[in-house]
Amino acid sequence: MLEVQRATVRVGDWSLEGVDLVVGDAEVLAVLGPSGSGKTTLLRAVAGLQALDAGRILWDGDDLAGVPPHRRGFGLVFQDFALFPHLDVGRNVEFGLRMQGVPAAERRRRAAAALERVELPGIERRRVATLSGGEAQRVALARALAPGPRLLLFDEPLGSLDRGLRERLTGELRRLLSSLGVTALYVTHDQEEAFGLADRVMILEAGRALQVGTPEEVWRVPDGEQVARFLGLRNILDGRVTGSRAETAAGTIPVPPGTPEGPVRLVIRPGAFRLDPGGTILGQVMARTFRGEAYAVEVAAGGVVLEAHLPRAPSPGDQVRLAVDPAGITHL
Amino acid sequence: MTARSRLALAVVAAPPLVFLLAFFVWPVASIVATGLFPSGRFAGGAFRRAVEGGLPGVAWFTLWQAAASTVLTLLVALPGAYVFARYDFPGKRLLRALFAVPFVLPTVVVGTAFLALIGPGGLLGIRLDGTIWAILAAHVFFNVAVVLRTVGGLWSHLDPRLEEAARLLGASRGQVFTRVTLPLLRPALAAAASLVFLFTFTSFGTVLLLGGPGLATLEVEIYRHTTALFDLPLAAVLALVQMAGVTAVLLAYSRYQERRAVEQALRPAIEVARRPGTPAERALVGGTVAGTALLLLGPPAVLVARSLNTGEGWGLGYYRALGRPGRAGALLVDPLRAVGNSVSFALVATAVALVVGLLAAVVIAYHRGRASRWFDTLLMLPLGTSAVTIGFGFLLALDAPVDLRSSWLLIPLAHALVAVPFVVRAVVPVMRAVRTRLREAAAVLGAPPRRVWREVDLPLVSRAAAAGAGFAAAVSLGEFGATAFIARPDTPTLPLAVFRFLGQPGRLNFGRAMAMSVILMVVTAAAVALIDRLRPPGLEEF
Amino acid sequence: MRRLVVPFVVLLTAAGALTTACGGDSAPAGTVRLLTHDSFFISDDARAAFTAATGLRLEVRRAGDAGSMVNQAVLTAGNPVADVLYGVDTTFLSRSLDADLFLPYQSPLLAGLYPGLAADPQHRVTPVDFGDVCLNYDKAAFATIPPPQTLADLADPAYRGLLVVQDPSTSSPGLAFLLATIATFGEEGPYTWKNYWADLRANDVRVAAGWEEAYYGAFSGGAGEGDRPIVVSYASSPPAEVIYADPPVGEAPTAVVTDGCFRQVEFAGILRGTRNESAARALLDFLLSERFQEEVPLTMFVFPALASVELPPEFVAHTRVPTAPLTMDPARIEANRDRWIAEWASIVLR
Repeated sequence: MLEVQRATVRVGDWSLEGVDLVVGDAEVLAVLGPSGSGKTTLLRAVAGLQALDAGRILWDGDDLAGVPPHRRGFGLVFQDFALFPHLDVGRNVEFGLRMQGVPAAERRRRAAAALERVELPGIERRRVATLSGGEAQRVALARALAPGPRLLLFDEPLGSLDRGLRERLTGELRRLLSSLGVTALYVTHDQEEAFGLADRVMILEAGRALQVGTPEEVWRVPDGEQVARFLGLRNILDGRVTGSRAETAAGTIPVPPGTPEGPVRLVIRPGAFRLDPGGTILGQVMARTFRGEAYAVEVAAGGVVLEAHLPRAPSPGDQVRLAVDPAGITHL
Repeated sequence: MTARSRLALAVVAAPPLVFLLAFFVWPVASIVATGLFPSGRFAGGAFRRAVEGGLPGVAWFTLWQAAASTVLTLLVALPGAYVFARYDFPGKRLLRALFAVPFVLPTVVVGTAFLALIGPGGLLGIRLDGTIWAILAAHVFFNVAVVLRTVGGLWSHLDPRLEEAARLLGASRGQVFTRVTLPLLRPALAAAASLVFLFTFTSFGTVLLLGGPGLATLEVEIYRHTTALFDLPLAAVLALVQMAGVTAVLLAYSRYQERRAVEQALRPAIEVARRPGTPAERALVGGTVAGTALLLLGPPAVLVARSLNTGEGWGLGYYRALGRPGRAGALLVDPLRAVGNSVSFALVATAVALVVGLLAAVVIAYHRGRASRWFDTLLMLPLGTSAVTIGFGFLLALDAPVDLRSSWLLIPLAHALVAVPFVVRAVVPVMRAVRTRLREAAAVLGAPPRRVWREVDLPLVSRAAAAGAGFAAAVSLGEFGATAFIARPDTPTLPLAVFRFLGQPGRLNFGRAMAMSVILMVVTAAAVALIDRLRPPGLEEF
Repeated sequence: MRRLVVPFVVLLTAAGALTTACGGDSAPAGTVRLLTHDSFFISDDARAAFTAATGLRLEVRRAGDAGSMVNQAVLTAGNPVADVLYGVDTTFLSRSLDADLFLPYQSPLLAGLYPGLAADPQHRVTPVDFGDVCLNYDKAAFATIPPPQTLADLADPAYRGLLVVQDPSTSSPGLAFLLATIATFGEEGPYTWKNYWADLRANDVRVAAGWEEAYYGAFSGGAGEGDRPIVVSYASSPPAEVIYADPPVGEAPTAVVTDGCFRQVEFAGILRGTRNESAARALLDFLLSERFQEEVPLTMFVFPALASVELPPEFVAHTRVPTAPLTMDPARIEANRDRWIAEWASIVLR
């Protein structure tokens, strides 16, 4: 079990400030944050590549301060893979085993197994320079897996790949991680990746941890406006709740049961809107973007701009009436 | 810096430091002190005498001819470095080895070849001997190899995609070169330029030979005042001025290098180089290679021609005569022994230079800051120090605790002293450019720091180290400067054998000197080619 | 701190062990060391003869040209790197005597030497050989005009652009030739050596840095590919041109102007501080012996000091030993050399 307590790193004006986290055995925790949030710094601190200015990092209760990276027994998959250009694929994968002094035959067997696990059997003799992006990513993963690390660290390992490949690899990685039962800390800025892979997600912004929870919890109930905005929820309205309704600048809308009375800040998911001639929100279409399954439509209503995902697309300039499903509304 | 890493630094820095202190600082300090404090009193008058004796003029000439030579050498060598880095063509390996030859030829030998080209009745039809142009031409000739190797080494690993990216961003070929390629090459360019500058700043034989007696560098004046006039106070002043100039240039270089160092994503050379495709590319490659070959191989070709042009027509007569006893029934010099001695010295010198140079490079590349800058400068200083000063310094300083003054060991040590900077210069830019990511990857995979160095840095820099070692070997094979001023045992080397023959009248002696020079060229080219090939296994593509 | 010191100590010990193992200066007792210049030569046969006669092994140490060697010896006076020094010539003799380099030794073989070669009544140095620095000319170039007969001829416009000399500050024959002109024209009177050199300059004299560059680079005779038919070289050069001709020739292509030759005597002496004075004496005696003396004409192209040695036939046929060579008192050379060279440079080079 990995425990990070009040981890603090200061670099100039920027700092990672008092971050706590726990990754249980065989759990995958994703740290989700925009660039500059400190997620890579946190990862490097866990790996031992970055010294903490304050706080502690513990493994199974033992403080790792003073344990150099090569003695931590962690594996790390770099964003740019960092494959050794002077070694072929096989020797890249064998590297960690060689450091452990594993005999050559055993090394070869385990490297082959690791490559098989990432579905690249038999490419030991390839030069790394000839690998495609997806292949390089899998080789990097195989290299990290081969020595049998007690914790796997991922630094945006899919960040440089194209979308289709990323989605496919996300699924594969998920299956692989759960089949291996390995503990992992996964750093990314992509929420789909994080939600798709992780057992739990931590949202990190500007060096501070904002929320930790299962993907569902975080998605359903963002803990504060920052988290909501980071998750791409831009329909944030102030309102006053009376019973099951709230008065907002855009109009009166229904709220889910349990919403407290009085002034409140509400988040409306784009998918909660529908075109309805009887809708309570009257607005004008500002712009629309085709998104395949739906249109993302910007509607100006009562001085605020709302984003709505609609199956049919009114043209910009059209007057529309929108109704809201209270299930798609949460309060902050 | 933690106490641990400070200890590691001390351990790594100690051997090169001890080497430098024992075989450079102490000897040079001894001879300068002897000069400045004759009979224990400070000879302040020497400074006045130096100024009155034309020191400012000599210093100025030394400086500007070195600067001009450096700029010209860079201009002449860059096209070749580009073509060697970016294109594959038949005979590339052979040419690369051959192009290192001029660098090691004894000046006197090249001087006669140069005179045959640009001297009286010269083959080129222009007379340049006795002018600054002859000096500049010879300096370019001698030093192009330095730029080809140092700059070409980095260039062959630069990611061509960076240039492609710049092209797509709308940069013209010229802009790509000035805005992308040149800045990326800066570490190697600065390294090469500093080396060429040092060589030409301390140029001795070339200036003496081709410039005629009217033109003198500080080095020539030090030689005159030490060996002929025995005016040690004045020689000490000149040596100090020379070292001060060299130190200033080196410190500026070192500062520059620190500020400019960028981590680079290096690519394997094999991926960077390709066969010329279009006719224009073929013309570029062909033209550049031919032009460089003409410049670099012209004078050696003259030597070859002379060694084969015997009194009885073309043939190997002079080569056969090398092993034939003279009229006195004795061999003037045994060519096989000379080859054996030269190769043995070169092996020892290269080994010492590699060990000292690599350790020093680690210190310089990984521990930035003022101390490391001074260390770098100190390492380079022997290149910019008069061979006479070092040779005479050995004599004064190395008598205790063990009397090394006339040991054979001094020859490879003196060679190593001059060769270390080549190793350092070749290795440091690559070391600095090896990405930290790779080191971190190795550390996370369980490699302790020293193992990281062995598994990641060493293989990646060994290509550069091989280039440096090639130069070290070449320096040792051709070196005649400092060794001429060391009381050395009777172990004739190839350059000394050339001089033996050249020192006596007679067409046969001249022919044998030419034949011996050709042998020196062949041995050098073979040594350089061998070391280029001796890269560790698994590194073929890098 | 201790961990820091240990590697240092290990390293220094290793370095010490290495240097000791590699010889250093641990010469065995049966060895005698000779410090000499780069032009010295001894055949393997002569070396073996020396060992056979004395039981001593000869170790040769070279230290650059004659000037460099003498200065190195001066720097290490009293703590020498060898037992005997060979090759100090007339021009550097005074400096070596002033520096008190040598132990006196009167070899029993002195009586057999040509008279007039010895320069030191205290016998601190002993003459071993001599050479005459003379003008040489390319015979082929003087088919229509006569070759010069005297130094003064060279100032004649008829010989304009024909002469190449060496810089006296970097070349031993160059210095000898400068001394020859000073000995000939003097420092006083209406026409001094300075006037002579001004005339030579007006007559387009060329100056080369050293003998090799002058003889092989600028001189047109012999193997030279230059365009100057008159060069400062040695009286022994024409025989060398015959001995090392290619193909063999019956006649030397060059000849010597016997006027204005300057005689350089080469001396040997026992270095003060020698660890084995008796071995040093044996070596000095050997240098004067017939065995060594008879090979010096053909190995070093100098004339033996031992009068009884017969010259090789090529020396008899192709050169003339100047009957009245110029000489100069070593003390006078030592006192004026630097000034003369500086004055020469200001006349010829500026």
